[in-house]
Amino acid sequence: MSAALQSDQTQLEDIEIALLLEGLYRVYGFDFRDYSPASIKRRILERMRAEKIATVSAYQDCVLHDDACMERLLVGLSVHVTSMFRDPSFYLTFRQKVVPILRTYPTVRIWHAGCSTGEEVYSMAILLQEEGLYRKCVIYATDISREVLRKAREGIFPLAAMQEYTGNYMKAGGKHEFSDYYTAHYDNVIFHPALKTNVVFSEHNLVTDGSFNEFHVILCRNVMIYFNKALQERVHNLIYDSLSMFGVFGLGNKESLKFTPRADFYDKLDSRDKLYRKVR
Amino acid sequence: MAFEIVVVGTSYGGLAALQVVLPALAPDFGLPVVVVQHRGKDTDNLCEFLQRHCALPLAEPNDKEAIAPGRVYLAPRDYHLLIERDGFALSTEAPVGYARPSVNVLFESAADIYQGHVVGVILTGANADGARGLAKIKAYGGLCVVEDPAGAESRGMPQAAIAATKVDAILPLREIAPFLNQLCQHEPGSSYAS
Ligand SMILES: C[S@@+](CC[C@H](N)C(=O)[O-])C[C@H]1O[C@@H](n2cnc3c(N)ncnc32)[C@H](O)[C@@H]1O
Repeated sequence: MSAALQSDQTQLEDIEIALLLEGLYRVYGFDFRDYSPASIKRRILERMRAEKIATVSAYQDCVLHDDACMERLLVGLSVHVTSMFRDPSFYLTFRQKVVPILRTYPTVRIWHAGCSTGEEVYSMAILLQEEGLYRKCVIYATDISREVLRKAREGIFPLAAMQEYTGNYMKAGGKHEFSDYYTAHYDNVIFHPALKTNVVFSEHNLVTDGSFNEFHVILCRNVMIYFNKALQERVHNLIYDSLSMFGVFGLGNKESLKFTPRADFYDKLDSRDKLYRKVR
Repeated sequence: MAFEIVVVGTSYGGLAALQVVLPALAPDFGLPVVVVQHRGKDTDNLCEFLQRHCALPLAEPNDKEAIAPGRVYLAPRDYHLLIERDGFALSTEAPVGYARPSVNVLFESAADIYQGHVVGVILTGANADGARGLAKIKAYGGLCVVEDPAGAESRGMPQAAIAATKVDAILPLREIAPFLNQLCQHEPGSSYAS
């Protein structure tokens, strides 16, 4: 194929993908229209290869008429990768710079937006417990996906991951033995139910649902990287509106508030870790 | 053909190779250079390390950061780095061919956006990552440069790339930066690739 043909085909494919996402939204209500295009495209093409379908238009036919095919696409479009104490220095900074702030509050409301299978939530619960704050905290853990929330509620994770998590936990300033927090059961571990007594798991879609409370801390890490700029801006506004004055906002390691409409409304809590404080 | 971006992929032996290529880039190099180096868990300081060998400013981009000429960007550990119309995008989707960051993911997304205006460079590496991406760059009419497998620390990636597509230049490591410098000096609109 000549380079010019190749480029025509790409243009066509981009149109077809926009139509597929529009259809997915109108027929099923799942709104991926403002997700980050390069990665969405990759994952759609990957699904098509697995389904052995050659064009996006043919794939659209399948997705819009066959629920099972649509479900498989939904799974393919979702990225749930997470781990406990992901980026340990983030949690260390949280201990050093955010915990002292939280100590001054009578009660603390925390929102994990896009919590995936819950590793981040259990990490936070452990940290808060070690700092003697857990009792006065309520943690709202939300995600768009019912399936990951079900796993998050269970608090069962593979034993094989514990070695890495133990390392992370120690680098994050952990004060006990990591294994104090779980019980091994064959190839899995189950985290102690006490860690979730103050956690509320529920479905929430950052694209279509609004603010549902006012929080002292909001973590939304590695979620918005899957959104395009316009959608990121909307979610930044939603988060800003859901945060109390002087509340703390945490992003993933490679996300930045810079160039977002709310950048000037926060101060950095740390030069390296992505922790910010709402100041206006 | 005026080029708009240089993408570089490397794996085993890449650190040493980058220490040859990066310092030899002209201080007024006029294109963005985006590098995927396969990297393990404890490589958080790779950026600082490579900056010491590079006159151009070098950084790991944040998500949605704009792509600026004359800068070197290094894919962060444990993320795929993709190119979009308004800048970089990061993703933690599954490793591709065991790699995250993956060279193919970077190259394919670069070709999608910059089409024929991409220079793809494959350096030493012990697997086949980058071959498919380089073929895509070629399909759009971009320019493909591969380190000569004969002298490469590890010849797997260069060989796979050469097998996957008709590359434009196979060069010893030391000649790669001078070659890129020269490409960059071409007047916009002048044609290099046939
Ligand atoms: C890569 S995970 C990040 C998990 C965790 N926060 C971390 O940093 O390790 C991204 C999560 O965002 C969720 N997500 C994607 N789109 C969403 C939306 N519109 N509303 C809420 N959650 C969403 C996904 O279901 C996925 O579980």
